[in-house]
Amino acid sequence: MSDKLDITLNINGRDYAIRVESRRTLVDAIREECGQTGTHIGCEHGVCGACTVIVAGEPVRSCLMFAEQAAGKPIRTVEGLATGDTMHPMQRAFMENHGLQCGFCTPGFLMLAVGVLEREPEISDEDLVDVLSSNLCRCTGYQNIIKAVRAAAAEMRRS
Amino acid sequence: MTAHTRGSGTNWVGRSIRRLEDPALVTGQGRFTADLPAVHWVRFVRSSIAAGKIQSIEAPPGANIITASDLRALKPIRPVLSKFNYVPVGQPILADGVVRFTGEPIAAAYAASKDQAEDLADQVEVVIAETTALVDGPLALVEGAPLVHAEAAGNVIVEGRVRTPGFDEVWRSAHKVLRVDARSRRQNAAPMEARAGHAAYDPATGRVTLTCTTQMPHLTRTAVCDIIGIPEAELRVIAPDVGGGFGQKMSLAVEYVLLVWLARRLRSSVAWTEDRRENLIASFHSRDQHIELEGAFDAGGKLIALSADIIANIGAYSCFPTTCGVEPLMALAELPGPYDVSAYNCRARGVLTHTCPMAPYRGVSRPVITFAIERLMDKAAAAFGIEPTELRRRNLIDKFPHTSPMGLMFDDGTYKETMEIAIKAVDLPAFRKQQQVARTRGRYLGIGFATFSERTGYGSPAFAARGMEITPGWETVHLTIDPSGFVEARIGASPHGQGLRTTLAQIIADEIGIDPQFIKVVHGDTDRSPYGWGTFASRSLVLSGGASLIAAQKIRAKLIKMASHMLETAPEDITLKSGSAHVIGTDRSIAIATMARAAYHQTHIFKGEIEPGLTETGTYDPSGTFSNACHTAIVEVDIDTGRVEVKKFLVAEDAGLIINPMIADGQVHGGVAQGIGNALLEEIIYDETGNILTSTLADFLPPTAREIPELELHHLETLTGNTITKAKGLGEGGAIGAPAAVINAINDALSSFGVSIDEMPATPQRIRAALRSSGKLR
Repeated sequence: MSDKLDITLNINGRDYAIRVESRRTLVDAIREECGQTGTHIGCEHGVCGACTVIVAGEPVRSCLMFAEQAAGKPIRTVEGLATGDTMHPMQRAFMENHGLQCGFCTPGFLMLAVGVLEREPEISDEDLVDVLSSNLCRCTGYQNIIKAVRAAAAEMRRS
Repeated sequence: MTAHTRGSGTNWVGRSIRRLEDPALVTGQGRFTADLPAVHWVRFVRSSIAAGKIQSIEAPPGANIITASDLRALKPIRPVLSKFNYVPVGQPILADGVVRFTGEPIAAAYAASKDQAEDLADQVEVVIAETTALVDGPLALVEGAPLVHAEAAGNVIVEGRVRTPGFDEVWRSAHKVLRVDARSRRQNAAPMEARAGHAAYDPATGRVTLTCTTQMPHLTRTAVCDIIGIPEAELRVIAPDVGGGFGQKMSLAVEYVLLVWLARRLRSSVAWTEDRRENLIASFHSRDQHIELEGAFDAGGKLIALSADIIANIGAYSCFPTTCGVEPLMALAELPGPYDVSAYNCRARGVLTHTCPMAPYRGVSRPVITFAIERLMDKAAAAFGIEPTELRRRNLIDKFPHTSPMGLMFDDGTYKETMEIAIKAVDLPAFRKQQQVARTRGRYLGIGFATFSERTGYGSPAFAARGMEITPGWETVHLTIDPSGFVEARIGASPHGQGLRTTLAQIIADEIGIDPQFIKVVHGDTDRSPYGWGTFASRSLVLSGGASLIAAQKIRAKLIKMASHMLETAPEDITLKSGSAHVIGTDRSIAIATMARAAYHQTHIFKGEIEPGLTETGTYDPSGTFSNACHTAIVEVDIDTGRVEVKKFLVAEDAGLIINPMIADGQVHGGVAQGIGNALLEEIIYDETGNILTSTLADFLPPTAREIPELELHHLETLTGNTITKAKGLGEGGAIGAPAAVINAINDALSSFGVSIDEMPATPQRIRAALRSSGKLR
């Protein structure tokens, strides 16, 4: 396992030249080699979605992808959602609708929702609940996450 | 009972202001334990066997491995109760010769990275001579069963009994006796952030800073120092952002003790992050109870006597600080719930088995006892041929104060009122018609109610009644206005998602007339916060809120005295608002920031009549009170598959004054979702050898957005005189009522089959098995 690979991860527009083992998962590389700890690890087996990031436009579970597989592709994490001090509508909607409590699953939900809405802005309310059911939250009972994402979807469609 | 109009007379309390916690958390700037870098990473070698004797532990030559033989100077974790025939048993930090549950840590491997530590741990070979494992509570009580701990005869570690005087006579006078054999399977609180710890040694001071996912930083420090044998001054404990706890992170983790010990030995930093499998098999479990419950009713459907035998399978060890008595003894104390019954007979036992230790989880025991007694009420309603709500009307407490057969004093409650709100909101008569129509079309709809009381905000007297060697209760707040006019409240509670930085700021803001955005609540750091008990038991808003109010009242008094000097006006003519002290009826005022500066830098102007500085302390230790609610579920059961869909869920609750309605609703939402998971999905399953079969989140199933319907909330705000903020606390209620409401609804849907589903979770398999056994399936 000692053979290491030199790869470059592009996270939120910035290149990180890192050396990792081939078995290194994307989430570990984002958090440890690149120091971007906003992306969280909830289960490491692809169920909870806390580690969701956007790779080449698609929301992915970064615990189920090797870092090497994401090399050279644009990666977006929660740290890149805001533009300077201006928060993304999804971030604002989560705050306005109390879509978070402990905040641990929040980055994953934000990236999941943003990724899906960018791809499918006209997604129906029902389909949105299906999409959101791919991530787990233990605090909110999902009520206000759904409310927040619907509010942000409406705002994203307007802008 | 006082009617309360939200927002009247106050400024910030009662308003749904946005949380002060959120900006960091939505931008990825939250700081969680696992985010910290470390020099050494620890991986625990855990037992793959439930019960046995360790014969050998072999590691590769030169590998960095710690085993029990290295830890001889450490004491075991050994919490004590002085009552209820409690038998203290010790839990070693690493298994010492004997393993008692699958997942028990046997050795700690450490290396320069997480991966290397994991690789190393995989190379450690442990040989265990397997012995018979006890997995089931009642089976561990069978005579001749092997003992989990030699000192606990019959595997009973705690036993509480009560039999009220004259019980037998009342029982014999019964018109009908109904019985429920209620079984709650094991659960895991499953916070989205599993546990983690990081211990860093500071060579300059010799101190260790333990950053960890705890709900009780001060107790963690006390416990770790006692076990290792060092003064508390040598350890700082920090609970940074903590990703949910729900009770699981309240109990002391042996892993934290090992980390602190190892950081001292290596004079370096060491870290451990629990993976999800470890969390599911070896953190803490809960809710594993059998309750045999019998209720004696008179001819009018009034419950006249209640009898119960409670067996809680508490696992292999007793958790610190509450002890494992928490589940069986809370069941003993609170089983009668919101019902007016004075004849009570109960035996509650905590039984040792070769399973993961049980510890508090949101609601603690009450989700189980509420499920049991609410099943009893529905069975009684069926036996009397009346609506379940009518039977409850005849039995709910409606005269206050009420003293329970266990001596608990119910100061006030709105059991009937909340139920009537629920009945009206759900339109029960209309539902019954809809249900009949659906049934003619082969669809099985059902409605279930659960009424319950949630004991909240209790201080040290209530805990002392349990005979705890460590008696939690009070909370302290240090409130300071610094020379810049900024307010800092240092609290002993340790919130982790409850929004306390916001709600406490609202309480303080109203008292001192400063906007909450200028009030910073500091918590979770033993160097910066006063000693306190942490956040658990629906207590923080009441306890820390009360202490905040007391401290803020003192600051207010001092500010008014200072303003009186500075404005040369009588104190009674001064009011604090919008960041200034105002002379009532004039345009004269002085900014609080100006007074704060004077309190430190211009003290001479007060001519020795006012002490320098602007810090006050509030400590609060109330007797406690009860919140209450009625939960209502409407479900549809697919009799071909056993699948249950929760179509509607309604909560009518009363938690006294609501400080921030948005946050309060969020607490109810989260609790209800956990309760629905409890009722339908979540189960830790052991096989008969004690091997755990549910070690991923694809096996242990927290609900997703698909399983939780839109929740409808109704509030009553009955202002309690038992807390100084008039707030009661509601953190656990959602989880307490929901399981019973859902299970009652399932049984209502299946009433034509003559089955009774009295086991949680009511999985499709269990529902299908019950339907098959009914012989009524086509």
